[in-house]
Amino acid sequence: MLENNSVGIVAPKTAHFSVPLTLKSGAVLPQFDLVYETYGTLNADKSNAVLICHALSGTHHVAGKYTENDKYPGWWDNLIGPNKPLDTNKFFVIGVNNLGGCHGSTGPSSINPATQQPWGSQFPIVTVEDWVTSQTMLADYLGIQQLAAVVGGSLGGMQALQWTLAYPERVRHALVIASAPNLTAQNMAFNEVARQAIITDPEFHGGDYYAHGVVPKRGLRIARMLGHITYLSDDAMGAKFGRKLKDDIKYTFDVEFEMESYLRYQGDKFAGEFDANTYLRMTRALDYYDPALPFGGDLSKALAQTSQQAKEQAQFLVVSFTSDWRFSPARSREIVKALLDNERTVSYAEVTAAHGHDAFLMPDPHYHAILRNYLQNITVGEQA
Amino acid sequence: MSQNIAQFRHDFAIIAGWLPFGAKVLDLGCGDGALLQYLKDAMEVRGYGVEKDDTNWLACLSKGVNVIQMDLESGLSGFEDQSFDTVILSQTLQAVHNTEGIVREMLRVGREVIVTFPNFGYWRSRMQISTGNMPVSKALPYQWYDTPNVHLCTINDFDQFCVNCNIQVKERLVLTDNKPVTFMPNLMGSLAMYRLKAATRP
Repeated sequence: MLENNSVGIVAPKTAHFSVPLTLKSGAVLPQFDLVYETYGTLNADKSNAVLICHALSGTHHVAGKYTENDKYPGWWDNLIGPNKPLDTNKFFVIGVNNLGGCHGSTGPSSINPATQQPWGSQFPIVTVEDWVTSQTMLADYLGIQQLAAVVGGSLGGMQALQWTLAYPERVRHALVIASAPNLTAQNMAFNEVARQAIITDPEFHGGDYYAHGVVPKRGLRIARMLGHITYLSDDAMGAKFGRKLKDDIKYTFDVEFEMESYLRYQGDKFAGEFDANTYLRMTRALDYYDPALPFGGDLSKALAQTSQQAKEQAQFLVVSFTSDWRFSPARSREIVKALLDNERTVSYAEVTAAHGHDAFLMPDPHYHAILRNYLQNITVGEQA
Repeated sequence: MSQNIAQFRHDFAIIAGWLPFGAKVLDLGCGDGALLQYLKDAMEVRGYGVEKDDTNWLACLSKGVNVIQMDLESGLSGFEDQSFDTVILSQTLQAVHNTEGIVREMLRVGREVIVTFPNFGYWRSRMQISTGNMPVSKALPYQWYDTPNVHLCTINDFDQFCVNCNIQVKERLVLTDNKPVTFMPNLMGSLAMYRLKAATRP
């Protein structure tokens, strides 16, 4: 069943790009596809487009359902739809699967035209910068010169920030949610453990497991279980599971606590549908993103350079969540400080929430009121 | 912590008069953003508000006022030295715990500081005390048990505070019912307004 304010039944589309794309690493993708979805209508002067950037495991399927009987809608469906905070009566919303993904955009599981085999280990490492470049190409393809807004949580927020740094004239608003200007050592350490779980799985085969007809499920499953621990707060886990047992203590290593059941379920589900090579690359993109690096670690200077170059400057909404320890409020405040140092238009909300990093996907009323109010104030041209 | 929006107009105008046109302004405890919106319209200030309350924060956002959600008590570490023309603390001083610390932070961040507060030395407050009750008035609308105000002071107290902390008072204005008071201001004035600068050390 579809709710009243759903974007309804949606279908993904594919944009093919036959021009070679030189990546930040220097590697060149000879051609590539980006799979995307859109909701709402692009207006006459093409001023109402909003790009949603996904995080580690997200996809282009942001809202709506593919069939009426789909169990779940797109991953940010609670935000996007007619009269929802990101109102599709006003905005033309674009969801895109990032390069290196495993949901239709060119990635490690795609066929390498040079070998007619899956790319596997040969697929280059892609970065946040590369994603944003490819997203501008998608905007070009859709005939959109300037986005009304780029919205992203977590790794998606890094892409929103990167848009304003690399293409300041192409984006009017950046909504950077539960994000950070780079990862801390601890945050990268989680990624390294996740990658080691995958790489040391005997079925990984150096990344070329496709040829062997296997997938490194055990590694991917452990990587995801670890991730889930870091996306929840201690309190949220306590409230959700506490020390609840499924049955009596049995003195085994089987699933005995509810928490174990949850983690194993999430791990199994993910390992069954996600590509391990994509997971490796997404975590690497997170690790590498550090726009302040060429400026001696000074994000204010990184922003200042853009300010000098561009006539127009994107306005910012930065949001963090009090219980998010993987992308803590302190990290969001670093972004805010750099914006303030550059006298940029910015508002910052620190939302009281119990859910940890996952809070950015939850329909908390105050959080959604923030996004609704901010998006309402964005001026767009007349509907077509 | 904005109290009595209706009474504000005149002090808004006085604050506007103390700012250079197009000033860069930081309003601490900015409430629903009414002052910043007024200053934006009247003086084309480039302003940021700081507010911790969710409802007030949202009201600022709806008005299109830049607003940073944080607790003043933790200081202004997100703001560089002398990065604002003026830092304003409008009718919030009395609700602040770390009073001296915050005034010092304001003087660090702003080239000038404006502080306004309800004068506890106002004769109506004194009357109520003399009858044996904590004052409740338009300017101080709370009961003693539910008030956010923890550091009420008189004009004399604040003058002494500035002396003790080596703060230069550039200008002081006292209002009652939106009218300036010059005769016995600590007794006759309900709202105190100060324009401050860090005093240069001898």
